[in-house]
Amino acid sequence: MTYNKKERDIFKDELNNIRNAGIFKDERIICAPQDSEIEVEFPAGAEKKSLINMCSNNYLGLSSHPEVVKAAIKGLENRGYGMSSVRFICGTQDIHKKLENMLTEFLGTEDTILFPSCMDANAGVFEAILNEQDVMISDRLVHASIVDGIRLCKAQTDTYKHSNMNHLEKKLQFHSDKRLKVIITDGIFSMDGDMAKLDEIVKLAEKYDALVFVDDSHASGFIGKTGKGTHEFCNVLGKIDIITTTLGKALGGASGGCVSGRAEIVEMCRQKARPYLFSNTIPPVVVSAAIKVLEIISKNTERKDKLEKNTEFWRNGLNEAGFIVKDGESPIVPIMLFNAKLSQDFAQDLYSEGIYAIGFFYPVVPKGQARIRTQLSASHEKPQLEIALDAFIKIGKKYDILNKTKEEIIEIYGL
Amino acid sequence: MAEIKETILEYVKDEYLDEDDDKEIKFDTPLISSGIVDSFSMISLKRFLETKYNIQIPDSKATAEAFDTVNNIVKTVEEIKSE
Repeated sequence: MTYNKKERDIFKDELNNIRNAGIFKDERIICAPQDSEIEVEFPAGAEKKSLINMCSNNYLGLSSHPEVVKAAIKGLENRGYGMSSVRFICGTQDIHKKLENMLTEFLGTEDTILFPSCMDANAGVFEAILNEQDVMISDRLVHASIVDGIRLCKAQTDTYKHSNMNHLEKKLQFHSDKRLKVIITDGIFSMDGDMAKLDEIVKLAEKYDALVFVDDSHASGFIGKTGKGTHEFCNVLGKIDIITTTLGKALGGASGGCVSGRAEIVEMCRQKARPYLFSNTIPPVVVSAAIKVLEIISKNTERKDKLEKNTEFWRNGLNEAGFIVKDGESPIVPIMLFNAKLSQDFAQDLYSEGIYAIGFFYPVVPKGQARIRTQLSASHEKPQLEIALDAFIKIGKKYDILNKTKEEIIEIYGL
Repeated sequence: MAEIKETILEYVKDEYLDEDDDKEIKFDTPLISSGIVDSFSMISLKRFLETKYNIQIPDSKATAEAFDTVNNIVKTVEEIKSE
């Protein structure tokens, strides 16, 4: 072991650089189950504060749902705590196969393989199915986990301007000589809350003989008529070759992810995807709860409908108050502030008012695009949203940003 | 030389800026180190240069540094053309 002053100072310096750049991340300690209202201790040791939660991915409000918790306990009792194995040695239980089949049916695909997370699904899928003769053409705003998956794959890479179909078409023409071409996009983009133009992407894929990959982590369970995701919303069910998604957001919120799609592609992942081959199986307790989640959301669209109503109320309220809100169809509602410090000050003031939301700025979003990202949940009740809206308006007035244009806000606070 | 510079600048602007983009690209604007050009799309840029100027850019010369500004790209192209 050589961990002397020199080694320690290297890391201390690097951490100081992160602090000085204003991008050091502190954890807020939540002393309650995940919900629309939570007890938070921040900074560590401070008095606990009750806050309305406007920044979780608990879109359907199922993370702490009594039936889901009960199913988790049942799973723990019937199938144990851990499997102490990867899937292909002795880590596949009947409930793992049941969950994979249920996801296949829910997503309307041919087959599904579970991964420890969607990060792992994205990290493993490209390397498992593509080689040097192929090309991956990705939207420039895809999630970091997809970027990592692309980096791990030997196929050629290219990108297209965010949701720009003319540019994508040019790239498909440019790479016409490749064995396989894969168009890669998020279904809902996590920072902007906008949706990929999957109907147009599928048309281009058909025209230029390409595969389509969609990460629907911010859509599975609540986007589309029955909540299947963006492929249902865009009327391209059965036409997406690879869907990755997570169980860590709307679908129970614990952990786990999957690759779902063409049978041969899923089988290739079972044979070759390294995060599947070399990490533990999803624990039975999570699998049992996820099965219950799918049963709940397959029965009716009650929770999805409530989420849509909450989103509509929230978007309308912010727009009417004069905030600059990114348009979109999803429960991700970004309020644009442009200046990084303003986004941090705004979030801090929200915290003082009992509202929990986070300011995002470069490098998480492009420079000059700082924002507060709010996320709605079916567990929000209207009075909570009214309180949150009042707080946003109060702070918006304090900083004099209501009914101002982007240029006017930048003039006051800079970029 | 001036014509090559303008052509490459035009390509880079067209390829990497959106219509409503706040960013401005000049001859000496850092492209890769500033995040304007993502490393995944360098293949397009490389192939554009190879086709346009009828050259082959070896991987050893297609470095992040060689592609980091329009000025650097022009220098790289000129070097390969003169070899």
